[in-house]
Amino acid sequence: MRVPLSWLREYVELPADVTGRSLGEQLVRAGLEVETVEESELTGPLVVGKVLTYENEPQKNGKTIRWCSLDIGKDEPQWVVCGAHNFEVGDLVVVVLPGAVLPGGFAISARKTYGHVSNGMICSSTELGLGDDGTDGIVVLEPGEGTPGDDAIKLLSLTDDVLDIAVTPDRGYCLSIRGVAREAATAYGLPLKDPAALTLTGSGDGGYPVRVDDATACTAFVTRTVTGIDAKALSPRWLQKRLLAAGMRPISIGVDVTNYVMLELGQPIHGYDKSRLSGDIVVRRATSGEKLVTLDDQTRELDAEDLLITDDSGPIGIAGVMGGASTEISGSTTDVVIEAAHFDPIVIARSSRRHKLSSEASRRFEREVDPQLPRYAAQRVADLLAELAGGTILADETVADTHPLPQPVVIRGDHPARVSGAPIAVDDAMEFLKAVGCKVEPAADDAVASPLAVGVKASSLDYESSNSCDVLTGSRLWAVTPPSWRPDLRDPNDFAEEVIRLFGFDNVPSVLPSAPGGQGLTVSQRRRRRVATALVGAGLTEVVSYPFTGDADFDAMGLPADDDRRATVKLANPISDEEPSMQTTLLSTLLRTAERNVGRGQTDLAVFQTSLVFKPKAETKAAPLLAVEARPSDSDVQSLYDALPDQPLHVGVVLTGALTPTGWWGKGRPAGWSDAVQIARLIASVVGVEPTVKNVELAPWHPGRCAEFSVDGKVVGHAGELHPKVCQAFGLPSRSSAVELDLDALIVAGPETVTAVPFSSYPVAKEDVALILAADVAAADVQAALTEGAGELLESIRLFDLYTGEQIGEGKKSLAFALRFRAADRTLKDTEVAEARQAAVQVAVERFGAVQRVG
Amino acid sequence: MSGPNTQYDPVEVTPLHAEALERTRDEALSAFTEAADLAALQAAKVTHLGEKSPIALANREIGALPPSARKEAGQRIGTARKAINDAFAERLVVLEAEHEERMLATERVDVTLPWHTPELGARHPLSLISEQVADVFTALGWDVAEGPEIEAEWLNFDALNFQPDHPARQMQDTFFVEPAGSGKVLRTHTSPVQARSMLTRKPPIYVICPGRVFRTDELDATHTPVFYQVEGLVVDEGITLAHLKGTLDHFVVSMFGEGLEARLRPNFFPFTEPSAEVDLKCFVCRGASVGNPDRPCRTCGSEGWIEWGGCGVVNPRVLRACGIDTDRYSGFAFGMGLERTLMFRNGVEDMRDMVEGDVRFSRQFGMEI
Ligand SMILES: [Zn+2]
Repeated sequence: MRVPLSWLREYVELPADVTGRSLGEQLVRAGLEVETVEESELTGPLVVGKVLTYENEPQKNGKTIRWCSLDIGKDEPQWVVCGAHNFEVGDLVVVVLPGAVLPGGFAISARKTYGHVSNGMICSSTELGLGDDGTDGIVVLEPGEGTPGDDAIKLLSLTDDVLDIAVTPDRGYCLSIRGVAREAATAYGLPLKDPAALTLTGSGDGGYPVRVDDATACTAFVTRTVTGIDAKALSPRWLQKRLLAAGMRPISIGVDVTNYVMLELGQPIHGYDKSRLSGDIVVRRATSGEKLVTLDDQTRELDAEDLLITDDSGPIGIAGVMGGASTEISGSTTDVVIEAAHFDPIVIARSSRRHKLSSEASRRFEREVDPQLPRYAAQRVADLLAELAGGTILADETVADTHPLPQPVVIRGDHPARVSGAPIAVDDAMEFLKAVGCKVEPAADDAVASPLAVGVKASSLDYESSNSCDVLTGSRLWAVTPPSWRPDLRDPNDFAEEVIRLFGFDNVPSVLPSAPGGQGLTVSQRRRRRVATALVGAGLTEVVSYPFTGDADFDAMGLPADDDRRATVKLANPISDEEPSMQTTLLSTLLRTAERNVGRGQTDLAVFQTSLVFKPKAETKAAPLLAVEARPSDSDVQSLYDALPDQPLHVGVVLTGALTPTGWWGKGRPAGWSDAVQIARLIASVVGVEPTVKNVELAPWHPGRCAEFSVDGKVVGHAGELHPKVCQAFGLPSRSSAVELDLDALIVAGPETVTAVPFSSYPVAKEDVALILAADVAAADVQAALTEGAGELLESIRLFDLYTGEQIGEGKKSLAFALRFRAADRTLKDTEVAEARQAAVQVAVERFGAVQRVG
Repeated sequence: MSGPNTQYDPVEVTPLHAEALERTRDEALSAFTEAADLAALQAAKVTHLGEKSPIALANREIGALPPSARKEAGQRIGTARKAINDAFAERLVVLEAEHEERMLATERVDVTLPWHTPELGARHPLSLISEQVADVFTALGWDVAEGPEIEAEWLNFDALNFQPDHPARQMQDTFFVEPAGSGKVLRTHTSPVQARSMLTRKPPIYVICPGRVFRTDELDATHTPVFYQVEGLVVDEGITLAHLKGTLDHFVVSMFGEGLEARLRPNFFPFTEPSAEVDLKCFVCRGASVGNPDRPCRTCGSEGWIEWGGCGVVNPRVLRACGIDTDRYSGFAFGMGLERTLMFRNGVEDMRDMVEGDVRFSRQFGMEI
């Protein structure tokens, strides 16, 4: 809502030194969101000039300029060049003189142009900061509006400040000058001259016939009729200027007046050309198949839920949203039927959304308009049409008003103090409520406090320590009736808020509450932090990526058509139609992040991300929209949770390029599959899990270089080198590698408590074992076999050599392990160690046909 | 050499002459002193202390002396030998020290050379600031609560007093999950975690919830469709707006420094009543830039205060929908954007830097913000 300060001053006698900025600060304190304050940058001299002569001078560039002499109240005429043609000799215009600065910081000086020295210029509406008046030329004043030499800044109030206020949904009344003026009056403690305080001249009946079929959606419908208007009359400059300053373009007197009254009072108005109406106006819901051409010349298919204004011809408007083209006021209109109605906010909001049509009217109705305004607003429009367009107001008036009157809410006098924790005296609180427009009376003896007054039975109340608010008077009940323009005031806390904001949020004390003892981070939260810290220690950098993905990513990853990672949760309104899915694998987006980094020259990359992935459930159920008047049952709450997809936390890693660069120490080393596997092992160890690892084939990994990690038989993720095609598809260096693990699953598998085991102080016995095996036997399995066979004397085992080559023949490999034996209670005898070693080898021999390698 | 010479019984043998012995000793001492390095010293040791050295020969001759002379000769030889041994040991220490010094000097390296093991990586600053916030509140005894990102519409909106057709619900620019009517959305704020906390916990509830949220904004320098919020919720007996202010003041000091405070400006949010915007006192100029054109402040735009987030007293309708006894309990909640916080706290100028995943952005932070 754009609010010119000069307009506001009409209803509140603000002190002369109040500026847009200082008023803005006050309104912010009162709870309005003042987004910007436009202060006029304009400085004079800017004067009224009378056109004495002009010459049309065609130019080479095809334009014709006018070389004009102007009377600006001095002895000598002022000579200027002007590009516009919408004026004649004798017209009064606005002339800016050298030395002035126009809005936008345009400094004016005498300058040579088109072969003349132009001493200033004649101004258009836009140049004066008044907005586009639609004339495509300069401003021509009305005869007698000023005399040559008059200060045009003063004459046209050009240095007005304009406040732009973002009106929150609870403050619909502030979508009007009247509403903002009320807040300004309260903020400065000044009386409000209410522009709606008009004398009603209507008779209350006999107006244009109206029938309201849906009285829940339309609770008031008022019409007045004005006849004999001059539709071609131009709106006066003051009205045009106000519309422009408020951000609306002047169109014609009929439209301008309805817009003006809407801005002034907040009541949307619709005007009909009476000659184009046929039969009764009926307010009803649409029937399917009905259509309407709206004022913006769009044909709208109507929905059965749309509330319509109709006549015998059919729909003539979508109530509260936009009127129809067939009955609109035109240049030939003489008789106008004025509609001022009250519609249900939800009905209007739905229609507005359904037709993607947000109008000035719908924005106001959605936030609810003062239901007592329609008669006054219709009166105001009629008065203005009579005054400005020569119309005659008929006394006949239609008033269909079923809107209920506001009901009182019963609150304790100390409720605002209890909500704020500030010692707000009851008397002060009730005065604040009156300032807001509420009617405040002591409640009847048998009155009961309204519900939802929080904490009335709470055991401690900080504010009571203050002397200024005693408990006895505080507990007394008050009946508070909100003013008609504040339908948002429903609950005790709504009234408390009004009191507290006028009391001043700044005056509320600051008290740190003491929580009962907490238990710190959860096990899961702690382990997640440690994983991240360990990865950073290992040289990886944490990055983020959006979770949005699509087929292009899955194709690039080489996922088969039936891969279950292609079954995704999809968005109805994604940012991009190419990426309608929520990621099921972190790599689909992390690889894109890697791609971006590589593309920017970071080719040696080691990045990680932790993020939720989204796994649709086998059976998709809708999450119910439950009632809110009480807590849903446990099973209802459970049905909400059950309807959601599984959303486990994953950790992803991508390694590209060199792990070790080439340097003075020698040749560098590329990051490879083993680094990826090792990082996965690192993550598992951080959370205290010893995973089982085996070779598997899975996209996007290299079929021979992918490790599957599992814990207790459950697969928790994969690591290894990426498939060459995947590297290519994501523009990554060849032999890039990646990890993806289900971090939640790993964390859950971690130990609850680690129990210490005493360790032996007896000497260690070391034995090496070298085995020749088939090449496809996994080292991990051999190690497991040796471990199993060695028995409990085995302290540790480590693979230290891998050999393939001629000495052992094709299809074979040799693995060498270092075994350490130790007993808890004695020094081991050589024979014991030899036996244990032999037992270890025996299992490997039996299980894999291993042959001991000698020498 | 074989056994003592029994045929022959001299009283005096040449090497045992006092003079000869002194000479032998002096020669040894000077040889040791003159030895320039450990090798020379070792050679001198063989000559003067070895098996064939004069002192060794002399020692061997003692047995040939008549018993009467043995004691005296033994003493003389012992004294001389000790002197020689001491001199050797002394010189050895000196030469070894010299040797070590020389060796260490030649082994000097340039310690400024780089090495090949990976350098420390980096956390993303959004993670770091989330953790910092969590730490501030766990220190107060609060729990860190979490929730899913695909959320039930009821928890994201209805439970929080966003009515189905209320403009406030439309203002949230929501991502909806297919199909229409699924009742699921990408959470538009961390507030559904509040609802979950109230549905599952019993008061007193003191929770802080950092998390990722979604709105259908296009990415530009100041907007992103995916961003991070942190939200706090308290539900307890006797909770007032004053407690909210106290908590925010503490939060401001913890994140931005001593002597700073929060300011509340009335506003509207469906889930709180009263509601307010939170401003924090500018931690750079501390208000000194206001009306002082000589000292403009970029951080607060010379306003003295920085817009930080929203807050309020939990709307009793929200408490009721989540099963909290409104007669007994009241609460407060607050929330702020973490990207915005990083922007003014750490001077991040472009939102896109925070969301694009360029490692250079994270790397400036390392492990600290
Ligand atoms: Zn500042």
